[in-house]
Amino acid sequence: MRRITLTALVAVTLGNPVSVLAEPQAEVLHWWTSGGEAKSVAVLQQEFAANGGTWTDMPVAGGGGDAAMTALRARVLSGNAPTAVQLKGPAIQEWYEEGALADISAVAEAEGWVDVLPASIAGHMRCEGTWCAAPVNVHRVDWIWANAGVLEANGVSMPSTWEEFNAAAEKLQAAGIIPLAHGGQAWQDATVFEAVALGILGADGFRKAFVELDENALTSDAMVAVFDQMRILRGHVDRNFSGRDWNLATAMVMNGEAAFQIMGDWAKGEFLAAGKVPGEDFLCASTPGDGFLYNVDSFAMFNVDGDDKRAGQELLAKLIVGKNFQKVFNLNKGSIPARTDVSLDEFDSCAHLSAEDMAASSEGGSLLPSYAHGMALRGAQAGAITDVVTAHFNSDMSSADAVEMLANAVANSM
Amino acid sequence: MAAWLERNVPRILLAPSFLAVLVFVYGFIAWTAWVSMTRSRLLPKYEIEGFIQYERLFAAPRWDTAMNNLFIFGALFIVVSMLLGLLLAILLDQKIRTEGALRTIYLYPMALSMIVTGTAWKWIMNPGLGIEAMVRGWGFDEFAFDWVIDPDMAIYAIVVAAVWQASGFVMALFLAGLRSVDEEIIRAARVDGIPTWSIYSAIIIPSMAPIFLSAFIVLAHLAIKSFDLVIALTGGGPGYATDLPATYMYAMAFSRGDIGQAASSAMVMMTVVFAIVVPYLYSELRAKRG
Amino acid sequence: MVDATPAPLVNPRAGQVALRWLLFAILALFALFYLMPLFVMITTSLKSLDEIRSGSLVALPVQVTFEAWRTAWSSACSGIQCEGLRPYFWNSVALTVPAVAVSTLIGAVNGYVIAQWKFRGANLIFSLMLFGCFIPFQVVLLPMARTLGFMGVAGTIPGLIFVHVIYGIGFTTLFFRNYYVTIPVELVKAAKVDGAGFFRIFWSIFMPLSLPIMMVTVIWQFTQIWNDFLFGVSFSQAGTQPVTVALNNIVNSTTGVKEYNVNMAAAIIAAFPTLFVYAVAGKYFIRGLTAGSVKG
Repeated sequence: MRRITLTALVAVTLGNPVSVLAEPQAEVLHWWTSGGEAKSVAVLQQEFAANGGTWTDMPVAGGGGDAAMTALRARVLSGNAPTAVQLKGPAIQEWYEEGALADISAVAEAEGWVDVLPASIAGHMRCEGTWCAAPVNVHRVDWIWANAGVLEANGVSMPSTWEEFNAAAEKLQAAGIIPLAHGGQAWQDATVFEAVALGILGADGFRKAFVELDENALTSDAMVAVFDQMRILRGHVDRNFSGRDWNLATAMVMNGEAAFQIMGDWAKGEFLAAGKVPGEDFLCASTPGDGFLYNVDSFAMFNVDGDDKRAGQELLAKLIVGKNFQKVFNLNKGSIPARTDVSLDEFDSCAHLSAEDMAASSEGGSLLPSYAHGMALRGAQAGAITDVVTAHFNSDMSSADAVEMLANAVANSM
Repeated sequence: MAAWLERNVPRILLAPSFLAVLVFVYGFIAWTAWVSMTRSRLLPKYEIEGFIQYERLFAAPRWDTAMNNLFIFGALFIVVSMLLGLLLAILLDQKIRTEGALRTIYLYPMALSMIVTGTAWKWIMNPGLGIEAMVRGWGFDEFAFDWVIDPDMAIYAIVVAAVWQASGFVMALFLAGLRSVDEEIIRAARVDGIPTWSIYSAIIIPSMAPIFLSAFIVLAHLAIKSFDLVIALTGGGPGYATDLPATYMYAMAFSRGDIGQAASSAMVMMTVVFAIVVPYLYSELRAKRG
Repeated sequence: MVDATPAPLVNPRAGQVALRWLLFAILALFALFYLMPLFVMITTSLKSLDEIRSGSLVALPVQVTFEAWRTAWSSACSGIQCEGLRPYFWNSVALTVPAVAVSTLIGAVNGYVIAQWKFRGANLIFSLMLFGCFIPFQVVLLPMARTLGFMGVAGTIPGLIFVHVIYGIGFTTLFFRNYYVTIPVELVKAAKVDGAGFFRIFWSIFMPLSLPIMMVTVIWQFTQIWNDFLFGVSFSQAGTQPVTVALNNIVNSTTGVKEYNVNMAAAIIAAFPTLFVYAVAGKYFIRGLTAGSVKG
């Protein structure tokens, strides 16, 4: 350590371009800790090492990043911020406003990120005109997964409207099959809710309600209809759904106990891990309605001392958006690359569908951030909405009450 | 100088701990009180804004649920753990040959963290996987044990797991208490022909009053800090039916970036703690003075 | 055993055997209740993933395999490092042992002062310390992070030891103080008359008497510190993360595939030191409590 600091010091005093001298260093805080996810990150670490960098891993799992964010706050307050942090959505801009983020515009401009990233996704990576984060992937949230055999045996096809879904669900229920595999955890309730909301409110309605928090949109009749549909869905899940992990719900679809699951495309990883083939054993489609809800994982670089670390940040940012990593990582993770010029030859049919829909909805203005996965709103507002959604889903609250509660909760969260 | 030093050694030795507690407990409580008056979000801010966070807190239905749960959970957890602990201690005190093994079995849950046992409990309580499925498998089709998935009952499922974890410790406290009761008194009572159950209820149990107090404090401390348990077992669900103040505070501070709100909930929580602990301290210290 | 003199609860004259059996039945029933989660954890850790997916979660394993245990100890991935729990386990040891030793020692000295060398305000200091036991740890995370940064020990094992010692003092002082107040004040007075000083009395009179309460304190502190997750995750950095953080990383991944057998094996491995301490030192625990700590 001391040797490196001395070198850096000498370099500074001599006014040399220090990044040439400093060995890239990076301590990376992330919550991809197990199985396929961990292997995906390892790909990045290997590339980093191959370019002369030293990667120090700081994994913290739990609660979809909650524990990692706890650690992050403690680290920043103690003046010991990690070099790079898995961070996403408006949280990036919030950390920027706290003055904690480093500027990686030099890399972004040199690599021409603006040309290869879809505009709305690039928007999440920018803070007041500078680039402050590097996107890794695009998860689509509004997927519906189905057991192909079960659908065929019961003469049901993939629904394209919620009415069709409801009709199919009744039919399946009569045949003794659980129509919807669901795990009753707040974030899963929210995932289903936003898929329903996108279908019923439409892209513009969704944006007004869950991006702009427009009060009229939040209390509209269409929103009542969204909660009505949630109540219908509640009737189509099994009795034991409460507290179930999402992957156990996926397993129910896999073994034919249940027909459908509404979940982001990480669910595909479970199917593939069990040796199932898309299009044959299981089907994927977007949930009824137009639009595309994205959940983009990204890394933000924090303000750190030392040219070795700063060199590490630049190298890391460059590699993350690099074509090779974007391909390999997303093959493992079930998502699609954030940059649009990566060949998808090795990807499966669901990923192709995702990429096509992303391009189309990006054109049509219906490429939208997922509220349930922290892409659309600050934590306080998103959390307030989820509280209402999960309270409604897990009780016999009426839709009208839920809508009123929703408006109050959002107002109270400001 | 040496004499002064000699005289003041006790004070000097206690001083560092005293200072540490002053700074790291009371200083931090004061810090929290300050932050609870601000609009801190992602990181603490220090501009005072008044009682806005408390207004928001008391307007949140979820906080109501959390406080109600704390009282239901706290009361049941403390009472059931004490009764069960006392029962087990009395039963174990009957010169049981396998006492050592049984004691370890009753005590071991305290050694495990809930990150460890949460998943197991989740399965056991899940109607489709655990006890209910098992008993139904034996042919009792009507059998139901579905507390953990019922919003009205889930908090009781948390009580069961919490009692499982802590009652062995309470058993140990009471067992120690039973063992330190004067043998002579018991023997004398027995010679007088007093029935066994009234020896317990009239002589032994009343003499253990301080132990009830110690057990109460340990249990109250566990109840208020219960966090891992809820996260591991229900994640606060169904809905937020099993939220507790500690989980509410954590969610606000660290997953929602609403530190001002978290600080205000922490202050309310600490007021509750204060109301429980101060009477204990008062009685404890008064007894010592006498 | 049936003939053993005073069998306190059971009347030796009538129905003794039946009552004895009832007693055993009740105790065994409770033992089952306490053992249930451990049973589920152990059986699951011995199954293959396929068997877990297809079979009942509470059934015995059809084919016992120790593969999960090996994976959990030496090759499960916690992030990109796939070295199992092993490296983190030693971090935990490196932080728990000194933290337990230091906090116990401080508690002993504090307890000795408060119980036997009363001065004005000592009781007030004691109550302030006791109240400190109740502070929810979530409250202290952020200001503590600042403090650790200020002291230059953020993210280090000494920093974690510091935090655990600070928040352990309340309980250790409570234990020792409640134990030492039962020792007659005359003892100290007599020793003073003989010319023994503060430290002489502590070392040669109080320390030798302290083994039982020392055991209680050590067990309590060891359990608390070893099982801590919140401080461990907040005040560590790469290379100093304790075993609970690694366990959490293995068990709680959000969107990864879940290997329940490895999770359960990892959970048992992570809990092994505390289980061991309880099993071995459990009888000292009762003895220590009996010796006076709970008399208040």
